[in-house]
Amino acid sequence: MPSGQRPGGITRVRTRRSVGEQAIKGLLAAAAVLSVLTTTGIVVTLVVESVPFFEIVAIGDFFFGTDWAPLAGGEQQSFGVVPLIWSTLYLTGVGLLVAIPVGLGVGVYLAEYASPRVRRTLKPIVETLAGIPTIVFGYFALTFFTPEILKGFLGLEVSVFNGLSAGIILGILVLPTIASVSEDAMSAVPQSLREGAFGLGAAKWQVVVRVVFPAALSGIVAALVLGASRAIGETVVILVAAGNNPNLTFDLTTAHQTMAAFIANTARSDVAAGSIAFATIFVVGLTLFVLTFAVNIVAIRFVRRYRQVYD
Amino acid sequence: MAVAETDIARKVVQRASSGERSRDLLFRSSLMLCLFIAVIFLGVLLVDVAADGVGFLSLEFLTSFPSRIDPQSSGIQSALLGTLYLMGLCALFIVPIGVASAVYLEEYADNERWYNRLIEVNIQNLASVPSVVYGILGLAFIVRGPIDIFGLGVGQPTLLAGALTLGLLVLPVVIIVSREAIRAVPPSIREGSLALGATQWQTIWKQVLPGALPGVATGVILALSRAIGETAPLILVGAAAFQRFNPTLDGQFSALPIQIFNNVGEPAGVFRDLAAATIIVLLVILLLMNSAAIMLRNRYEQKW
Repeated sequence: MPSGQRPGGITRVRTRRSVGEQAIKGLLAAAAVLSVLTTTGIVVTLVVESVPFFEIVAIGDFFFGTDWAPLAGGEQQSFGVVPLIWSTLYLTGVGLLVAIPVGLGVGVYLAEYASPRVRRTLKPIVETLAGIPTIVFGYFALTFFTPEILKGFLGLEVSVFNGLSAGIILGILVLPTIASVSEDAMSAVPQSLREGAFGLGAAKWQVVVRVVFPAALSGIVAALVLGASRAIGETVVILVAAGNNPNLTFDLTTAHQTMAAFIANTARSDVAAGSIAFATIFVVGLTLFVLTFAVNIVAIRFVRRYRQVYD
Repeated sequence: MAVAETDIARKVVQRASSGERSRDLLFRSSLMLCLFIAVIFLGVLLVDVAADGVGFLSLEFLTSFPSRIDPQSSGIQSALLGTLYLMGLCALFIVPIGVASAVYLEEYADNERWYNRLIEVNIQNLASVPSVVYGILGLAFIVRGPIDIFGLGVGQPTLLAGALTLGLLVLPVVIIVSREAIRAVPPSIREGSLALGATQWQTIWKQVLPGALPGVATGVILALSRAIGETAPLILVGAAAFQRFNPTLDGQFSALPIQIFNNVGEPAGVFRDLAAATIIVLLVILLLMNSAAIMLRNRYEQKW
């Protein structure tokens, strides 16, 4: 058999048809590659625009400085990003404090307790919550939750723009993500595990807490991480409800500014393109991108693990 | 003796099970409380917005331009048109590219190859990049160049720039949902078509895509409803506040979320109510889109 020829003498013949097929395949692949180009575009933009910034501001001053005042003039100007990172993580934490128990509760109920009929009515309600634009949550936080609930109902001394309202509403915002991803994870646990536990005399709650929950744990962790990632990147709720003052404080009754909120606020306040204040958009953007990227990698790991076990 | 022992045993079992039963009830009630919180929250939010905004809703509101000076005559025409244009342009962009990517990944790509896996992981990652970061991309790449795509002039925050930015943002959603729809078409359909002598592309175009269409359409509608609700990327690409003329492809534009955002930012309380009225319009559009998606799914979904 001469080399290069397939057994049986079958060779691939190039016809007009096969050339056309190849061309179509090429076009489709090009479309798919666009998504890689998007990522490349994001990374290149952020890095290229950040480099000149770090020629002026020392990296150490940026990452460890505790005073963030990039728009101030003269001596007052300062580029320590710690307050922004702090508020981002702190408000995300407050949000998760709300979203984890409530979101998991909803997920467990829908996966384990709800009858198919109840689930058919309740799931769309939770999904509706996920479909409401975040600006609406911002509006609600500023015009209802802060004045009516925090000040009026609970009698708290909070300022108009405060971290508490923004953080709690942030939690409601990511609740549907946590509920639906964790529900999927628990629904993927094979029925035989539950039946085995019931057969051993376990009560329903024991089956859920001691069998289903641990079996779905990696999926549940993925749900929490995805929720956290969404909260970290959320912009308008913070922008509208938490104000625009960077504050390095535990105090939730005052204004907080997160990385995403800073970016949006700086972009709309007329800073001159090419100025160092303008460059902060990209530098903070890069920091935010790296943070969410790291969190997402963790989430993808966990999702993959629970899929592998039961599929 | 033996009788007494079984009695005791029975009592222990009973006590345990009645304890479990009350714990079960407690557990179940706390789960229902969680659900209750979510549902009540949604209800209060909708009622609050409706109560604040309904007084401003009228035909004039839809057909007047927004005004910072005279809130009573302020409307949303430019923002409403902006949002509808954004939706249309965005659809033109994401439908071909999203579906083509999904077809490539499901029908052609060999999963063993590193570059196909790279594309896949990349799409997963893109789906959770914060929207404000897409805004930065739009600001730097589309608004300020280096790519002056349609020769419209660099440095202009145009409708087209906004639509492209939103398109890139929701593209992963379209791809992911379309892939699921394509995957749901059973292999036997493809095998039948190929066995009759159709080429791979003919099979995809004539058999697979028509079968996947309801799923793909649902995905596109959901992606668009996410796109028109986004605020942060549009702030970044420079959408205008209180725009008193209608948007054009290569000119300044506004959109409903931007109009809401700017109204909320005004100190006078009446602007908050204008914001609420604008929210109602936005939510009604979203509701219509979602109903369309559900109708499509129920009406045309194929059971194989």
